[in-house]
Amino acid sequence: MPGTDVIYQTEALIAEDIEAYLDLHQHKTMLRFITCGSVDDGKSTLIGRLLYDSKMIFEDQLAALEADSKKVGTQGGEIDFALLVDGLAAEREQGITIDVAYRFFSTEKRKFIVADCPGHEQYTRNMVTGASTADLAVILIDARKGVLTQTRRHSYLAHLIGIRHVVLAVNKMDLIGYDQAKYDAIVADYTAFAASIGIAAFTAMPISGFKGDNITALSSNTPWYSGPTLMGHLEAVEVNTSAEAARPFRMPVQWVNRPNLDFRGFSGLIANGTVKPGDAVRVLPSGKTSTVTRVVTLDGDLEVAGAGQSVTLCLADEIDCSRGDVLAAADAPPEVADQFEASLVWMADEAMVPGRAYWLKLAAQTVSVTVSQPKYTNNVNTMERLAAKTLELNAIGVAEITTDKPLVFEAYSDSRSLGGFILIDKISNATVAAGMLNFSLRRAQNVHWQALDVTREAHAQLKGQSPAVLWFTGLSGSGKSTIANLVEKKLHALGKHTFLLDGDNVRHGLNKDLGFTEADRIENIRRVGEVAKLMTDAGLIVLTAFISPFRAEREMVRALIPAGDFYEVFVDTPLEEAERRDVKGLYKKARSGALKNFTGIDSPYEAPESCEIRVDTLRESPEDAAERIVALITGEFMPVI
Amino acid sequence: MSDLTSKSTLTHIQRLEAEAIHIMREVVAEATNPVMLYSVGKDSAVMLHLARKAFYPSPPPFPLLHVDTTWKFQEMYALRERMATESGMELLVYQNPEAQERGINPFDHGALHTDMWKTEGLKQALDKWGFDAAFGGARRDEEKSRAKERIFSFRTASHGWDPKNQRPELWNIYNARKNKGESIRVFPISNWTELDIWQYIHLNDVPIVPLYFAAVRPTFEWEGGLFMADDLPRLEKVLGYHPEITEKSIRFRTLGCFPLTGAVESTASTLVEVIQETLLTTTSERQGRVIDKDAGGAGMEVKKQQGYF
Repeated sequence: MPGTDVIYQTEALIAEDIEAYLDLHQHKTMLRFITCGSVDDGKSTLIGRLLYDSKMIFEDQLAALEADSKKVGTQGGEIDFALLVDGLAAEREQGITIDVAYRFFSTEKRKFIVADCPGHEQYTRNMVTGASTADLAVILIDARKGVLTQTRRHSYLAHLIGIRHVVLAVNKMDLIGYDQAKYDAIVADYTAFAASIGIAAFTAMPISGFKGDNITALSSNTPWYSGPTLMGHLEAVEVNTSAEAARPFRMPVQWVNRPNLDFRGFSGLIANGTVKPGDAVRVLPSGKTSTVTRVVTLDGDLEVAGAGQSVTLCLADEIDCSRGDVLAAADAPPEVADQFEASLVWMADEAMVPGRAYWLKLAAQTVSVTVSQPKYTNNVNTMERLAAKTLELNAIGVAEITTDKPLVFEAYSDSRSLGGFILIDKISNATVAAGMLNFSLRRAQNVHWQALDVTREAHAQLKGQSPAVLWFTGLSGSGKSTIANLVEKKLHALGKHTFLLDGDNVRHGLNKDLGFTEADRIENIRRVGEVAKLMTDAGLIVLTAFISPFRAEREMVRALIPAGDFYEVFVDTPLEEAERRDVKGLYKKARSGALKNFTGIDSPYEAPESCEIRVDTLRESPEDAAERIVALITGEFMPVI
Repeated sequence: MSDLTSKSTLTHIQRLEAEAIHIMREVVAEATNPVMLYSVGKDSAVMLHLARKAFYPSPPPFPLLHVDTTWKFQEMYALRERMATESGMELLVYQNPEAQERGINPFDHGALHTDMWKTEGLKQALDKWGFDAAFGGARRDEEKSRAKERIFSFRTASHGWDPKNQRPELWNIYNARKNKGESIRVFPISNWTELDIWQYIHLNDVPIVPLYFAAVRPTFEWEGGLFMADDLPRLEKVLGYHPEITEKSIRFRTLGCFPLTGAVESTASTLVEVIQETLLTTTSERQGRVIDKDAGGAGMEVKKQQGYF
């Protein structure tokens, strides 16, 4: 069993035979792990202990630590190892961990990267960040408190994110007098819980991070425990890279390397499998095949390369392949689909909005997606599935995802690289969710668009006009419908084929199932956008008059319509003016509380940052505005905005 | 214990290299105008070598930027020119004109020297060329607030860092989208330790500044530390006296401005000897640097919030 003498052997080797030491170090493998558990379970202290015991703390750091321990330590003047790890000023002040801290140490056998994850529920997203790159999770339990909500939550998250090795470290054994019965009871309690969430196996051990029991050497305080030590276990556990190498070859293309006309290479990190010159590969999603001619690196061409290596591949044929495509074994390609079931961990303060368009990034692919209302969320305390309309911050749930383009993927359980993704808010650019694809709902390659003989252009030509969408947006009572009606009359008089979509003809029919919650309003706009798109395909000039308060939804519709055919018309009337007019008496109702989610009162209006046409209704009459708009879209003259 | 190293399992150095290359390619694919900050130290040397690997046979498709304080060692300036030529990359050098004008120097101005030349200089340089992503050679093992930093670290339009509100960073998927005016600092060697850096230099014959190796050099003592008299006439002018010069066998564990970087007495003149000495040493790498000690224990965090790398 390894004990503290391991370190001394290392030191002797460094002093006596540095070349041999370097050779040894060079061949070390790497284990990435996380420590998690509830607040005050002693995570930071344990990591401090591991660093200290593997001699990763230098004298000057130790001196600073001793001084800090006296000043702000929580161990009554004794060395407070947590201070080594909690690096942010706010963390040291409050004595808590806010963000993941990465720490490094190595022994004779391995290099370790440990992510110290925050225990507080509000920082769960940071814990998931740490877990996503880990091979192993150390779940800490305070022996005095047993299995707590956070223990369950973190165990569940670690399992969800696919960590295969779990260590249950029952910490602070010194504070319960190294009582075996209490230890056994905690392990039994956790065993029952682990089985209920699908954790098949874990390794339990009684430790004290503060005193050092069973960390690098078996402790005489726990004669009833026969091992392994924590460090011994971390050194021995198997890492997963060999499993990834055994799967069929996949490499997401990150970058096309074209230094000159004679060289064209595809650069990427091999996700699974191995590749060598002569291998037949398939480019996805196109499905075209070719043969690998070279595996290029600065150090010379490789005979073979495997999972985890960053390489550049050359192919025999000049086939179309760019960033986002996936190179795969020709006879065992991954699936391509555009509808999925996925597990999501919501990470943003703003709750998920079903139907809203987000960016999804998976490997090197970025596509626009919409997320359905969740099928269910998981209550992490009871592991019950609950119905939900949305996902709030830190919620974990399952939902359907629809992409606007086919996505090359594998189930997350088969491949972290091709199954794990993030969702990005299109306006704030924040990372709002971590997701794991479970399976596709239908294969995209089986869905063929009906090839249309009478094309969009043919429809438009017959009508002698260019199709367009005039999207009027603005507050209730701003004058959208008034101006839109005038525009339509003028276009009609000019012999143009038009159609006006507004609340009256849409809400009573197509969208009568929708209410006025944020999610329903988004679905309302999505449907109107799709109808407008079909109508422009039919060659019509479509006018819409909806408040459409959210920038993201207007951008979603804009993306549906061919570039240049979408005109966002911002009818800009200040709230006070719209409320003063109050044509339908709605503001009065909203102010009295009789009408909920009313834009401008208790629901926001996001004005366009840039739009094709802006109408300032305080300065321009509806008639003048309509004239200007008609002139613009019939191409008579350029607008003055 | 049995040997765990099987042939199909990558070593930790191979995994770290592949990770850094992957990060650099993501930035080049997604950023509009990336740049690599190049300080000529050993971490920069490794980062540059990784960039050459990432894009070979193309030269790295971004320039090198050296935010110069005019107080670097002469041997650093020499290596800088050589590496720019060898890599085929454009070298941009920026010196803060205000610091130049006011004659800011490490002897008279202490913390202000770092602030004006490096922090302000870096902000000005990034604004001048409109870089939206900048590679830096910082490592998480260097300092406590660095240990908390993401690989893609976002800066506001005024270059500030908000440590309490960092974007979640999942797997190896990096969200490089940013709002107008924001920029990203990217740290491809975040997960490397000092030993990994040395090991990599050893394995790949990465060229580094000879000052890392021990040699007999002119030294003087100042405020309790041992320093090298790199440019004696200039030194005398700033100090206002002729320092007592002693020839000693010294080397440097880190390289910054020569008056801010303490030397250590050493006889380690080969790379392997340097690694050996590094491993057996009992003080941490940054100890020779004055910068971390400013503003109490949170020196680096405060500097980073102000826009320091």
